[in-house]
Amino acid sequence: MDIIEQIGLFLQSAVQTGTPILFAIVGGILCEKVGHMNLGVEGMMLMGAALGFTVACATGNPLLAMLAAGGAGAAGALIYAFITVTLRGNQVVTGLVLTIFGTGVSGLIGSFVSDKQIPQTVREAFSPMEIPLLSDIPILGDALFSQDIYVWLGLIIAILAYFYLNKTKLGLYVRAIGENPGAADASGINVTMHKYINILIGGFLCGLGGAYLSTAFLTTWQDNVTAGAGWIAVALIIFSTWNPLKAIFAAYLFGMLRGLNYKMQGWEIQIPSQLLTMLPYIATIVVLIFIAMRKKKENQPPKALGESYFREER
Amino acid sequence: MSQPYITLNNITKSFDSVYANKDISIDVCKGEILALLGENGSGKSTLVNMLSGIYKPDSGTITIDGKEMSFSSPADAIKAGIGMVHQHFKLVDVMTASENIVLGHIKHLTTSKKRMAHHVEKLNKKYGLNVEPDKKIYNMSVSEKQAVEIMKVFYRGANVLILDEPTAVLTPQEITALFDILRKMKQQGCTIIIITHKMAEVMEISDRVTVLRKGECIGTVKTSETTPQQLTEMMVGKAVELEIERPKCCDYTSKPLLTVNSITKTNTDGVNVLNNVSFNLYGGEILGVAGIAGSGQKELCEIIAGLVKATTGSITFDGEVITGLSPRAIIKKGISMSFVPEDRLGMGLVSGMSITNNVILKSYNRNPGPFIDSKFAKKLAEQIVNDFNIYTPSVNYTVKKLSGGNIQKVLLGREIWLSPKVLITAYPVRGLDIGASYNIYHLLNEQKKKGVAVLFIGEDLDVLKSISDRLMVIHDGEIVDIVDPDSVTKEDIGLMMVGEHIRKESAQ
Repeated sequence: MDIIEQIGLFLQSAVQTGTPILFAIVGGILCEKVGHMNLGVEGMMLMGAALGFTVACATGNPLLAMLAAGGAGAAGALIYAFITVTLRGNQVVTGLVLTIFGTGVSGLIGSFVSDKQIPQTVREAFSPMEIPLLSDIPILGDALFSQDIYVWLGLIIAILAYFYLNKTKLGLYVRAIGENPGAADASGINVTMHKYINILIGGFLCGLGGAYLSTAFLTTWQDNVTAGAGWIAVALIIFSTWNPLKAIFAAYLFGMLRGLNYKMQGWEIQIPSQLLTMLPYIATIVVLIFIAMRKKKENQPPKALGESYFREER
Repeated sequence: MSQPYITLNNITKSFDSVYANKDISIDVCKGEILALLGENGSGKSTLVNMLSGIYKPDSGTITIDGKEMSFSSPADAIKAGIGMVHQHFKLVDVMTASENIVLGHIKHLTTSKKRMAHHVEKLNKKYGLNVEPDKKIYNMSVSEKQAVEIMKVFYRGANVLILDEPTAVLTPQEITALFDILRKMKQQGCTIIIITHKMAEVMEISDRVTVLRKGECIGTVKTSETTPQQLTEMMVGKAVELEIERPKCCDYTSKPLLTVNSITKTNTDGVNVLNNVSFNLYGGEILGVAGIAGSGQKELCEIIAGLVKATTGSITFDGEVITGLSPRAIIKKGISMSFVPEDRLGMGLVSGMSITNNVILKSYNRNPGPFIDSKFAKKLAEQIVNDFNIYTPSVNYTVKKLSGGNIQKVLLGREIWLSPKVLITAYPVRGLDIGASYNIYHLLNEQKKKGVAVLFIGEDLDVLKSISDRLMVIHDGEIVDIVDPDSVTKEDIGLMMVGEHIRKESAQ
């Protein structure tokens, strides 16, 4: 293999590793933009992974598997939304509980399908497709144009989310709610409805991200398949300063760091692998420091993040 | 009188068993300006919040143009043509003026900067406003923000405008401009309800006045048929003495209690927010500080209290240099600060805690051991509640649920109870009604008579002139002059506040 091809393949796997995280980051951004910090990302991903896997095995229909996965994530988000939006419960605690709950549910579902295998139809549907001509471009061809449907879907969703948040009126409403729900409410915006919608869509995306791991990466069920990807996503939401386009960059960069980790082990370079595993987190901390130092208002978290909104509060 | 356009009938609303509004009935006509007058906590804001759909009344009806209304959200009120400019602006800081204005009322799917700016310009022309469409809210002055709020209401085509204390934060010129806009609206047939407790403004702008006291409607009178004195009596419930006394009890030949020596403070942007500030503060005097908001008052307080370190310069208390000491050490020496920021709660009190816990916050280290002496704490809280006439269901009530005036009394009460030797107080009467304000002036004079050195940072020039023994005027972080308040006029002080040294000019 020549070096160009090596780089291409490296990037290909980086993008694949980054994709489930990309789904989770974009889902998390939607949730945080309406002012809700959801630490249940990991739990929703696991629920999506388990149900997606089960439906894929049961029906052999890839589309149904994706919908079920998203639905499972959204169901988790619905619990979260009911507690934090309607009952105005503490967001951090609720999110943590959702993660614990989701891990348990996925383990339970997984125990029923531990002997099953992903059917051929699904495996084919989720395997990389080479786009004629474009996939022949050196490096980029492998990195972007020889990918599976999830990768493209992730890219498209991130771009759509950016457009939605920054160019549409609904996005303007959403940002207003995250910054100052009182102002949005006084403007006649239905705060509760927008919160629910965005939290549920966020959960749907997290579920999809989880299912990518369980249905496209693997052929048999593996417990705790996300292995902390949801937590990384929570950190990378900050890394991407709540911008879905930067989330693409963040997710792929993270995929690369992970890939580098494996590669380095292969080259037998004497760097402890734990150190490399730390890299994305260190990068996030560095970004946090930069955000705090630059004090640019546009890069700050939504101002009302983590606060419950109650109209009649004095 | 023509048919009333808005009728509020027997409106009642309570929070945690405290009546905010009790059986209130008022009506307003088209093309009329009604002033709602009342002390803090009398229920003015609660009443208009029900009219704008923020709160739901417990009982009573709202009728607009003959139709009975039931608002379940602000969106309903907006649909009924009611627009409200809140006391605490409801704006999204990181968005531009035009984004804030169209918020909630965009007809197109996508947002276009050009289209939004176009709307803003059109409204600017129509009402003589001056809003920059692309300016971010966080870059705006208070009056600019208010203009955005008013334009928001216009944009929605409201014909009822409610203003909750619109002039509290404006300069005299800005108030004049605002009143011009209101008169223009009135001519176009709009109905305007304005909340204020500045008597002069009520007399100037309103057609009729409704007075509220402790959540009840005392009466509605025609502005042309009443006097400020009568209104004040209705508001407070008794005749009020509108004089501030100034006992002389300071010995200026003695050593000053606090000496501030060439303090300079450079902020993170490299700007000198305080520049070579030096003055003496004597026991038994009130040194008033006048200046435009943001001229370095906050920094000065924080440096004396030890919360912020000065870049250069030193502060001496009773012959001992205190610069560099921790806030706790400075409190121990007897320097106390009560700073009432614009939002009242930002500094000094923990809004989510009870009165008891807040008053004990600064004295917890007086009782030994790790436990709080809860009996003592409760007694202290009850004493402060009694001494300062704080209106609360109990001492265990959460501070943020109190009305603004009562919150300030808790803060000042705690500071005075510590029996400080130096009392720094900034805007202690901000947002307070007449009765409560005079209470606080009286308290400060009491402290002065005890030999306490009081640094009084104020806003109202009339008050500063009558309460201060000496008056220090600051501008842009520098002391313009320290004058005898009786030897200057209000206009002189105003000029000094923008940096003109009148004394030197008159001497030449």
